[in-house]
Amino acid sequence: MSLASFIKSRLVPAELEQQVNRIRKPIGSLGYDPWGYNNEAVKYGLALTKQIYEKYFRVQAHGVEKIPAKGPVLIIANHSGQLPIDGILIGYALASRKNSPRMPRAMIERFFPTVPWLGNLLNEVGAVLGDPVNCAKMLANEEAVIVFPEGIRGSGKLYRDRYELKRFGSGFMHLAMKYNAPIVPVGVVGCEETIPAIANIKPLAKALGIPYAPLALPVVLPAKVHLNFGDPMYFDDLEIPEEQVTERVEKVKAEISRLIDKGLSERKRLF
Amino acid sequence: MTQNRRPHILVTGAAGALAQQVIKQLRNHCDLVAVDFREQVYLGDDIPSYCIDFNKRVFEDLFRRYEFDGVIHLGRIMSSQLTRMRRYNANVLGTQKLLDLSLKYGIKRVVVLSTYHVYGAVAYNPALIDESAPLKSAGLSSDLIDSVELENLANIYLWRYPELNISILRPCNIVGPGVRNAMSTLLASQRAPVLAGFSPMMQFIHIDDMADAIVLAYKKPTRGVFNVAPQDWVAYQHALKLCHCKSLPIPSVPPILPAMILRTLKLRSFPSYLMAFFKYPVVIDGRAFANEFGFKPKRQLKDIFRFYKENKKPV
Repeated sequence: MSLASFIKSRLVPAELEQQVNRIRKPIGSLGYDPWGYNNEAVKYGLALTKQIYEKYFRVQAHGVEKIPAKGPVLIIANHSGQLPIDGILIGYALASRKNSPRMPRAMIERFFPTVPWLGNLLNEVGAVLGDPVNCAKMLANEEAVIVFPEGIRGSGKLYRDRYELKRFGSGFMHLAMKYNAPIVPVGVVGCEETIPAIANIKPLAKALGIPYAPLALPVVLPAKVHLNFGDPMYFDDLEIPEEQVTERVEKVKAEISRLIDKGLSERKRLF
Repeated sequence: MTQNRRPHILVTGAAGALAQQVIKQLRNHCDLVAVDFREQVYLGDDIPSYCIDFNKRVFEDLFRRYEFDGVIHLGRIMSSQLTRMRRYNANVLGTQKLLDLSLKYGIKRVVVLSTYHVYGAVAYNPALIDESAPLKSAGLSSDLIDSVELENLANIYLWRYPELNISILRPCNIVGPGVRNAMSTLLASQRAPVLAGFSPMMQFIHIDDMADAIVLAYKKPTRGVFNVAPQDWVAYQHALKLCHCKSLPIPSVPPILPAMILRTLKLRSFPSYLMAFFKYPVVIDGRAFANEFGFKPKRQLKDIFRFYKENKKPV
């Protein structure tokens, strides 16, 4: 046994490897897809996430089976907690579900590809630059795509604004309509408490070329996370004015808000 | 003119491995004339070969003498060769001359070889870029302007003179035996520079597959711009590993640092103006070409890399 396969056997349990192999992806001869997803990297990523998901954040996911087993689908959630932990946890919930697991793709901030190592790492485990063309091509490829329509407005918000939904972009709705993709709303509760920020140091963020620079403790707190998946929402692809598209976006936002409230009421304690 | 006159084709860039592969495929049923800007190459007694500057008046004599039906323009000087000014003269002005002559002498089919470099490597590139995407590379480096200008020129002629039946091909990295471009040199070397922390997705096409693509394109007169790339992808550093090529990391942040290092080192195979292509992915969508021309690459990535692994010092 080579050193690499020995390390792999220690890090990646056989059942997890089987689970990943079971998920069919349109990949090339060397295990990559055009966005940089890599089957081998995903195995390590999932093995690590399993620990974080089960032991650190002790995630409770309700209704993950509501995500269709195949076909294009948009998973729309509230964004929070400075780092994209919510995306990772939603992704793991779907990849690890018993029946028809899927490896979703998360749309990430435009700033990530410019960060050495991290950008490539995120791509390898399935994250993709949040560009409408990318999202469209993925839906055409029948992928499950995680989108946070609040973007950095959501992830960079301060602790005092927790669980307050910021403005939703409408790009996801246009894509859902065009590709006949159902929308599965998700309410994430707990990620707001992982890195509570009390201020955003804007000049520092500008100097570093990053979207925001939170003033927070340099640790990720082990808040208990609740994920509540809603019923799939279907929207027709009629040519409608932007005003009506916004109304549809508001409908999804209201559903996410309801799911957040559900999560908050279920939550017994913060940690 | 007899009914069964063999097609007369002008092939430019004859000194390159790709043109020679194309010539090999066409020589049995076409009358070919080979020209090159750089050197005269012997291609057998049946193929006249010239070393000629397209901007010289004698170039027109070839059109008068051989009565071409088609032109396969592969003689693009790569961005790693010659000075910026000479490249501009050869690639842009030379191509214009070639297209003007093609128009004057009633050429019915023109295939122009471009490159995926015209899309430009930027952090915000989506994957599977299609042919209608904007060409951003001119804004990134003045060394790539001639590539974009060549395309613009060919595009203007494409729409203004439909009778020329111009097809512009934008291939991904062409690699394989005999290829002397920057990427092939890197894969063939013992050690290749990488930007620390960046391993963009790349696409590679075997030179024989590319020659097949050019011949297919020549035979079917569909006008337009087409990406040419297989449906297979690999990260740059992974490709190096499969070629048994050690990575030589160059510090990548702040961005000014690698640019300074590369400008000082002046590596032919890793020039500073191509740096972005080793940092950000430019993944093109070759499906339109594959569907239109019935193109299916035959060589796998693994075979390509095995060649480089086994031929660390290619001829």
